[in-house]
Amino acid sequence: MEHLSKSTSQPLEHSQEMITGSEVLLRCLLKEGTECVFGYPGGNVLYIYDAMVGNPDFKHILTRHEQGAIHAADGYARSTGKVGVCIATSGPGATNLVTGIATAYMDSVPLVVITGNVPTTVMGTDAFQEADIICMTMPITKHSYLVRDVNELPRIIHDAFHLANTGRKGPVLIDIPKDVSNQTMLFQPSENISIRGYHAAPSPNQAAIDDLLQAIAESEKPVIIAGGGVVYSNASNELLEFVHRTNVPVTMTLLGLGGFPSGHQLSLGMLGMHGTYTANMAVQQADLIISIGSRFDDRITMNTAGFAPHAKRIAHIDIDPAEIGKNIGTDIACVGDIKAVLEYANTKAKRSRSDNWIQALKENKAKYPLHYMDSDTVLKPQFVVEMLSKTTDGEAIITTDVGQHQMWVAQFYKFKHPRSFISSGGLGTMGFGFPSAIGAQAGNPGRLVVSVNGDGGMQMCAQEMAVCAIHNIPVKIVVINNQVLGMVKQWQEIIYDNRFSHIDLKGSPDFVKLAEAYGITGLRASTTAEAARIWQKALETPGPVLVEFVVPKEENVYPMVLSGTNLDQMILGEFE
Amino acid sequence: MNRYTISVLVNDEPGVLQRVSGLFGRRGFNIDSITVGGSEQIGLSRMIIVTSGDDRIIEQVEKQLNKLIDVIEVTHLSLHSIVERELAFIKVKAEPSKRPEILGVVHTFRASIIDIGPNSLIIQVVGELNKMEALIELLKPYGILELCKTGTTAMIRGDKHP
Repeated sequence: MEHLSKSTSQPLEHSQEMITGSEVLLRCLLKEGTECVFGYPGGNVLYIYDAMVGNPDFKHILTRHEQGAIHAADGYARSTGKVGVCIATSGPGATNLVTGIATAYMDSVPLVVITGNVPTTVMGTDAFQEADIICMTMPITKHSYLVRDVNELPRIIHDAFHLANTGRKGPVLIDIPKDVSNQTMLFQPSENISIRGYHAAPSPNQAAIDDLLQAIAESEKPVIIAGGGVVYSNASNELLEFVHRTNVPVTMTLLGLGGFPSGHQLSLGMLGMHGTYTANMAVQQADLIISIGSRFDDRITMNTAGFAPHAKRIAHIDIDPAEIGKNIGTDIACVGDIKAVLEYANTKAKRSRSDNWIQALKENKAKYPLHYMDSDTVLKPQFVVEMLSKTTDGEAIITTDVGQHQMWVAQFYKFKHPRSFISSGGLGTMGFGFPSAIGAQAGNPGRLVVSVNGDGGMQMCAQEMAVCAIHNIPVKIVVINNQVLGMVKQWQEIIYDNRFSHIDLKGSPDFVKLAEAYGITGLRASTTAEAARIWQKALETPGPVLVEFVVPKEENVYPMVLSGTNLDQMILGEFE
Repeated sequence: MNRYTISVLVNDEPGVLQRVSGLFGRRGFNIDSITVGGSEQIGLSRMIIVTSGDDRIIEQVEKQLNKLIDVIEVTHLSLHSIVERELAFIKVKAEPSKRPEILGVVHTFRASIIDIGPNSLIIQVVGELNKMEALIELLKPYGILELCKTGTTAMIRGDKHP
């Protein structure tokens, strides 16, 4: 693939010269360290695209749909911790970003989203390709700016990057009318941040942390719920040390995967609707719950009234004060950056009285491991994920789409490192899995990136295979094809009494041929033996490869906790 | 359900009212009234919002408002001793023969007549909610043609200020 770092860049010159808003934008983005922008041109961003001509420092990847662009920027941001940037034109270009903005907002992903808009002179007249994208995205952005004057642009871009990647991170939208992108100004980069009333992260309240440490020292059955905040705050090492000092077992939320090593002896695996038996039971039996960077989402608490009934205290560490007490009442609130909170906690942490508890949890792990009925005749999707995990030794960056395959990856891939599991958790966006891998690969040129998709979600952004082919972006695209919308099928089977409605994906393309049509190697496996051989071939093939694994449609994700029931009311599937 | 009055200092920027009111709408918080106007600081406006809910809701209202970048400061006024006032215009049907009677009511409430038409009066009243409601009740029999209220504005008593 193209090398994306700007090795040839000259030191930026800020000599006093009149330049256009478009040129200001590009210079400011480079100054913020933007390595790569994903985008799609159109009428109202033509000045911006014109400024890219002959600018070798500015790397832009043309996707085939704006949704692909923003998911790629998202995958870049989640996998690198840097701000992801995308550009689209006004109107339909901007509205095509909406799903991606909401995806990033729900999962606190730092993005700077740039949209063109109609010239200020015709704003409000329903001009061609006019859409009030600021208004539409207010509920799903951390903040947004309409640039009315080119002189504001340097400050707005600088502030936007700061807002996106500090505090509770999130997408920031900058809407630039066409005339503003062509206005000229005497360029002066913005050096200072002063956003009145914005406090990125309060410094940790030491008294509250001391309370927490005392509660841990007295606790016999403590559990840590580690969420995405651990990953976003780069606090994995601090969490590991905290766990070693306190001897508290850890369960991870979906987005917490990778924040604590799955293979660690104190890891209980994921909790929640499709969590492990051990993790869910541990939460329900615990006398102390310590949520670290998790927001007590309904997919992990299930029925909140029946959540953690034996917990004497619930502690919550989070950077966002609004999360404290929002879904679950909290006894000990530690607001602050998780890394800073844990760094302080590690200076004083004492061991909990958890020895018997940990012994009991180990027994549960041995007795009720994640499990599926393997087969000699058909290829099981769980087998595929286990194979991916073993052959990559848990070292790959895995992106997923949404549905059954996502849960199987969460259950069976043994993540070792933070920022290696990229998945739409909060919004549950189908179509995210593949384009996000393009961004993850762009940000991590040296790493193996595997994108795991279902046959449903793959068809929502399949067009981005062109991007992989053109730029030789070596993503290994896995399609676990069960010819059905599997998770919907599972719900219809279990909750809607086998009344299957519009889940049949017959008529899907031949994925191998589809890949080949884009100029990508396509491979297929339908048996266990084939799967191992084909996957090995995919790993050995340079560049992008699509591998289709044909699996039976009958397979369900277990354990499963039905909405409205308690976390320990699990359907265990084949154990029963 | 309790009634709470909060003061929100915001950037005087386009769209800020929408950011605030949108937040209330999507999080399911009530807005009983909202007033916006200039503040003592250049570039900042002050909103006074009357909302209702339980303690958990009001805590969320404050916290979620604080997350808006254009919100500079949120003060929960109901925790303090405050003055609260609202202004209303009431257009009442008033043939000349009825005017003395209505004037009597108006004077008692320390309201004032700010316009007289051939068959109507506009009454201006400033006060707290109860006073306003009592006056409106008394005027109803004459026929209220139109009513507009500004919504409540409020301030902490004494030297204290947000």
